Amino acid sequence: MDDTQLLRYHRHILLPQVDVGGQQQLAQSKVLIVGLGGLGSPVAMYLAAAGVGHLVLVDFDRVDGSNLQRQILYGTAQIGQDKSESARSQLLALNPEVQITVVKQRIEAEAELEVYMNEVDVVVDCSDNFATRFAINAACVHQGIPLVSGAALRWGGQVAVFLPAQKHSPCYRCLYDDRLEEAEVCSEAGIVAPLVGVIGSLQAVEVIKVLLGIGDSLCGRLLLFDAYTQIWRTVKLHKDSACPVCSQN
Amino acid sequence: MAIRVKFFASLREQVGKSEVQIEADESKTVAQVWAQVCDDAPLPTQLLMAVNMEYGHQNTLVKDGDEVAFFPPVTGG
Repeated sequence: MDDTQLLRYHRHILLPQVDVGGQQQLAQSKVLIVGLGGLGSPVAMYLAAAGVGHLVLVDFDRVDGSNLQRQILYGTAQIGQDKSESARSQLLALNPEVQITVVKQRIEAEAELEVYMNEVDVVVDCSDNFATRFAINAACVHQGIPLVSGAALRWGGQVAVFLPAQKHSPCYRCLYDDRLEEAEVCSEAGIVAPLVGVIGSLQAVEVIKVLLGIGDSLCGRLLLFDAYTQIWRTVKLHKDSACPVCSQN
Repeated sequence: MAIRVKFFASLREQVGKSEVQIEADESKTVAQVWAQVCDDAPLPTQLLMAVNMEYGHQNTLVKDGDEVAFFPPVTGG
């Protein structure tokens, strides 16, 4: 690291759990983010600012005026632009040292994601529907790649970490039955703007910990946040021995 | 002693309360707990549940002193 980088990442380097070695490890890491909406915005911005070396950004959508209330990667001038391209410009302005790969694609099947997972260290699920979430989970389980999952709606959010390389780690499918109908969407139910900032920031924290192999991750735990009552809860998760996705893993 | 039943996030709004207590005269399942506190309504399929802060299912047994929490699935991003 040169002097500019030492200055830039100084507050990370001060942390004994990160130090110069950890910061260099972040710089050599590759993180794939699916969904560049409310959650994907803070996740991508914090990981870029934190110096994660390579971000793969996956989103098929364009910026809509109704996104701007909470999707802080975009401003009024970006309405109508591709989210992924727009996000790349914004993130490079934030930190030009980060390598950004853009994938303009809707992910609904495991194979669609696997082609972009080469040498990926962590996948972050910031998507907004079950089909994409199950596809991401299956790909992560079968490739043995850690998954940091977040979701938010109305006043409530959830975060969990799944580590398929660990024998007893549950997967997203152990938690959510894929026979569940689509849960509500924010275009109908609404969402309070900073909630995605809270949940996305928690996801970014978990990504950094998993990348550096430090701390206690949310693996085997589901964190629930109710912003309206300001109550946090953690529910213990167990690997489902009959899970069709991970029980053979 | 009793069984404490908690409703989280949007469920709290739907049910209209965040917590109730019921008498634990006998061991019962999570589905039976739901029916007792929600006027015999069937347990919705779109629901997650935990007993003593451990992920459970509708047939998980609940006894005196336990806490049952219901919370909604969330997929928004």
